[in-house]
Parts: sequence; structure tokens; C-alpha cells
Amino acid sequence: MHHLTSDNFDQNAREALRDPVLHGALRNLADNFVERRRIAMSSVDDWEGLRTRARAIKDETLAHLDEYLLQFVENAEKGGVKFHWARDGAEACRIVLELVKASGAEMVVKSKSMATEEIHLNDALEAAGIEPIETDLGEWIIQLAHEIPSHIVVPAIHKTKGQIADLFVEKVGIEKTGDVDVLTGTARRILRQKFAEAKVGISGVNFGVAETGTILILENEGNIRMTTGLPQKHIAVMGIEKVVPRFTDLDVFLKLLPRSGTGQRLTAYQSLITGVKKRPDDEGPDEIHVVLLDNGRSKMLSHPVTRQSLACIRCGACLNACPVYQQVGGHAYGSVYPGPIGAVITPQLMGLSKAKQLPYASSLCGACREVCPVKIDIPELLLHLRAEIADNNASNVKRKFSERLAFKLYGSMWSRAGRYNFGTKAARVMQKLVVRKGKIGKVSGFIAKLVPPLGAWTAWRDAPPIAPKTFRQQWREKLRSGNGN
Amino acid sequence: MSTVEVLERVGCDVDFDERQTCCGQPAFNTGYRREASDFAKRFIEIFEDAETIVSPSGSCTAMVKHFHELFPGDEEWRHRAESVAAKTHDLCGFLVNLLKVDDLGAAFSGRVTWHDACHGLRDLCLRDEPRQLLRNVKGLEFVEMTNADVCCGFGGTFSVKYPEISAGILDNKIEAIEKANVTTVVSGDSSCLMQIGGRLSRIGSKVKTMHIAEILASRET
Repeated sequence: MHHLTSDNFDQNAREALRDPVLHGALRNLADNFVERRRIAMSSVDDWEGLRTRARAIKDETLAHLDEYLLQFVENAEKGGVKFHWARDGAEACRIVLELVKASGAEMVVKSKSMATEEIHLNDALEAAGIEPIETDLGEWIIQLAHEIPSHIVVPAIHKTKGQIADLFVEKVGIEKTGDVDVLTGTARRILRQKFAEAKVGISGVNFGVAETGTILILENEGNIRMTTGLPQKHIAVMGIEKVVPRFTDLDVFLKLLPRSGTGQRLTAYQSLITGVKKRPDDEGPDEIHVVLLDNGRSKMLSHPVTRQSLACIRCGACLNACPVYQQVGGHAYGSVYPGPIGAVITPQLMGLSKAKQLPYASSLCGACREVCPVKIDIPELLLHLRAEIADNNASNVKRKFSERLAFKLYGSMWSRAGRYNFGTKAARVMQKLVVRKGKIGKVSGFIAKLVPPLGAWTAWRDAPPIAPKTFRQQWREKLRSGNGN
Repeated sequence: MSTVEVLERVGCDVDFDERQTCCGQPAFNTGYRREASDFAKRFIEIFEDAETIVSPSGSCTAMVKHFHELFPGDEEWRHRAESVAAKTHDLCGFLVNLLKVDDLGAAFSGRVTWHDACHGLRDLCLRDEPRQLLRNVKGLEFVEMTNADVCCGFGGTFSVKYPEISAGILDNKIEAIEKANVTTVVSGDSSCLMQIGGRLSRIGSKVKTMHIAEILASRET
């Protein structure tokens, strides 16, 4: 069982920073994925235009989400797909469990799905005595290790080849090997057997097309095709924001998603599923069930700023580009959604009080916004959430008294030139306590306790002392010397 | 004073209103919108009669462009915020894009690299402007470092809220600066320079930090 620690970002991050193995893995991620994305991007003529179109499609969909969802349901039902609406994660799990139990299955195969991670479906299945088998290689590794994914697209990115080899020795009972082909071959052999036995396959959904009732799922390993095609019953868990109006809209997203996520022009497999099998001899499941998941999404939809959170297509590009994610990895965020998009989605899904540090886990550099294929303004969302947190009434999150006081003081001292000048003078006197050899080195002990930001700053960096002559003084001298033009 | 010198050199009539203090970005970025809107109102009142407002900071300039968000449902202030934002420019953007000047006749000897401050780059879209200005400085050897456009890890209160992460990001920047083998690292935001310079100073590096205005005002080789 894993534990979500979304409210302990600071501790988690400190631990992550001390992990040299993680650091190496993250550096690879940053170097490889960022570069691969750049190359893949350049194979499209008008990347900016594509992003603009994608966002326009998402905005249009979200503005009429109720209509498009109903259209999607109506058209998919024509193909024999059955629909279930889930208000929250618990309800979604309950629905899936009932469907699995009805088929008499004791084991289900699963393909990689962030929606099922979000609702902790595996925990619910296990608690009911049903064994879920993750069939995406990375997800399977994570499942063997009893962990949660640390990346939206590459769930086991924090693990090295050596660690995975050890895990296979321990959990699967093979002899230790560093040969990746042997490791993947082992996984394939075990998972193929499970596919053959499974009565139920559970997947997520990348896009649901309203116009045709089609589901599109992207992947590289072929396991999704087997998860959705071999068992008699296919259950897809789909966030309500995953719908797009027209089939041709997929063209835009198929160009953007693989390039942004893995730097591929296209994923190896694209499964388009439109209804159950028509004749007994056809391939494919007899039953397809789609569980439409709200779980906080309607609330995001209701506000003009937070609504854009629902445009996310889960490509992971913002994680790869984020300097903070590159330092601490995914687990520090304590949520199935890490990185910049996680820092805005997690507090909205779980409640600000359970993830109040996450909106601050960013230097607001904007690299996420720059790479986002659907132009989500993540810094704007972070600032929006910070404002909600600072407003106690809106968030029920208590801010530290010292912080509130600091901003009150800042608000009053820095809002008048006289007080500002006085502050500068006072600081110039006070700094004598800490300035040595023309700079402020490491400040610890009493003064650091008294002024925590000074301690935090100087633990790593020197600070410059206040200039001997301020700009204002120099400006006045200039005016006096009659050189004011 | 370097900014004043540069502006006067290109023929601007520079004024400094001594009532001005802060744009309020620290409050805005930490979520304290009421405090931030007080700062914004003050800024607007002081500056709205100016013909053009130039700031030697991409970050402060970007904040001015955010002012309008602080007045939801208040059309009058929103409008005033927008008109002030429209005539507020970062120094580099003002020189190159508005005045069409990219050679200030400056001279500076040294091997110099440019650090893209995030707000200047991503909020104001100034990528080529500062580089163009630097390349035209006599005696200056311009070197592009790797990942010049990646954050230095400052991020305002982030730098003291999560100092370890901030320092981790910073160390990547320091590594790139050292690899570039330069004498001086230049940027358009004093906060990045404080962050980068603070670490360079701590590790005893000889590399100096300078604001681009200081380089552009320089006449020595």
C-alpha cells in the first residue's frame, strides 16, 4: 500500500535531493526528453498554430461539456457501450468493482491509466480480493515495488536498470541480469499468460469522440490493445474532460501528444474503439463499460481561471521541462499527478488543505507554460491557488502568523517612499551585525532564527550588503549638480 | 544610475518620481492580492501621467502587465491598469523594439554570457534583444552558455521557502556558467543576479555578475 503525502512536499523534496540515484535518473530525463521533444516538434510546420487550435478545441468542448458528453454517450451507446457516471473516486471504484464481480473474475488486467491511479482503483480491487495486474512495463515494475508512478508518462523513471533487475530477482524469481531484453522478455512472458486468462480488462481513455462515440487510447507496448481486446469485458475509466467534439479533432491531438510526451512523431499503437463486437466471430469484447469520472472536475470547470486545468492531455512535457521536478522527481509531490500540472491539479482534486504546499513548489519560471501543447497557463493557476490559500476565508488554510505579519509589514513599509527610505537606513545599520568583508555570508544562530529568510538564503548563497549610496541619493546629487536632463 | 545614463545617451528625457517604491510582486506571487492591489494602485497613480515607463527589470515590468488581474469587477481601475501596462517597457525591449537602437556605443572588455531572466524571456518575449545589444558592445566577446533560458532558481519567496531546491537549480546554472568560461555573467533582473552572484561569491568564483544596463553604460575597454 502506498501513502500519499501531498502535504509534505518540503520533507519529501529534501529526501529526494539527498538521493543520488534519483538525481542521475532525473538528469537523463531532462536531457533526453527535452531534446527529443525539440526535434519532434520541428517536424511540424506550424507548431504554434497547432497549439492554438488544440486549445481552441478544448475551450469549445469545456464551454459545452454537458452537450458533448451527452452526444458522446448517445453515439457510443449505439455501438453497445454502456455508461456509468461517477461523482467521485469512491463511486467510480464501487462501479468498477461491481462490474468485475459480475463477471466472476478474481484477476483483471490493466493498462496504464492516470484516472485509475487517481481513484486508487488497485487498492479498492485488492481490498475486495481481486488481483489487478498492471500490464504497462513501467506500471508493472511500480506495482511490483508497491510504489506510485513518479511521472505521468514514464511511471518508473526514478528506477535504475540495476534496481529493476534486483526487483525482478526478488519478486519474479529470475536470476539477476543486466540484460534489458531478458528483463522485458520475462515481463512479456508473465503478462501474456495473464492476458490469456483475464476475463476483464481495465483501461483509461485519451480521447472520447462525441461525433462517433469512439474511444482513442495511445501506447507503445501493445498491452493496451490486448487489455481492451482479449478479455470479454472492457472497462474504461474516463475523466469527463476527455471528450472532443469531432473525429478530425484527433488529428490535432495526435500530432501534439506523442511529440510533447515522448518526443515521438506518433506512438506505436493507436487503438480506436467504437462499440462492442458485432458478430460472434468478430474479435473484441462482448461488453464495453465506460465509467465517466467527475471527482472534482465540475468544480474546476465552474471557475474561468481553473477551467483550463481540464484542458490537460497528460503528456508530461511540463514535468520534463520543470526545474523543480528535475530536482526532486515525482514522489516529492505525494500525488499521482506530480510536476507543475500536478501542483495545480492535486490541490483541486484533494482540497487545498491537503496539498497547501504544492502551489508554492514552483519558481514561476513559466517553462511549463512554454511547452504545454494546449497552452495551459500553469503559473497563472499556481498564483490563483496561492491567492486562495492566502485568503483564509476561501481556503480554510491557516497561513503562518509570521508570514501574514511579514506581508502586512511589507505592505505598510514599502508603500510610502519615506518609510521605504527609513527602512533602507535602518537596514544599513542592522546589517553591520552580519556583513563581513563586504558581503553577508552564512548567517546562523540567533539572527537566523529571528529572520528565517536570511538564514535560508545564506545557507547557500552570500547576500550583497545595501549599497553605500542608494539610487535615490545619487539621483538627488545628479539633480543638484544641474545635470538633470 | 546606469539605466539613466543609457536612456539619456539615446536622447530620452528621464525623470524619477521619488514617491515610487515597489510594484508589489512579492505580495502578488505569494497570494496576498489585497496588499498587491494597494501597491498596484499606488504605482498607477504615480506613473499614469508619464509618457513612457522604463524599468531595468523584466520581473517588475511583467508585474505591471499583471496589474489588471487585481481589479476583478472594477472597470475603472482595470482600465487604468491596462493603459499604464501598455506604456511600461523593460529596458532592452524599449531600446531595441521601440527606439530601434541596438548599438549604444558602449565598450566593455570581457568574455560575457547572458542569463535569460524568466519574466523577461517568457512574459515579455525578449530573447534576441539583449543578445543583440551585447553583441554590439565594443571589446565584448559574447558566449552563449548551455541552458541560458533555464531558471536560476530564484523565484522570489521560493528561494527562501525551498532553499535546497532553489540551490539545486542554481547549481546547474553555475555549472553552465563555469563551462562557458566567462569573466562576466549578465542578466536583466537584479534578483537573478543576486541569486547567481550570491552562489558565485560563496564558492569563491572569479566570475562577476553585472546588469545589462551597467554593460551598456560602460565606456571602458
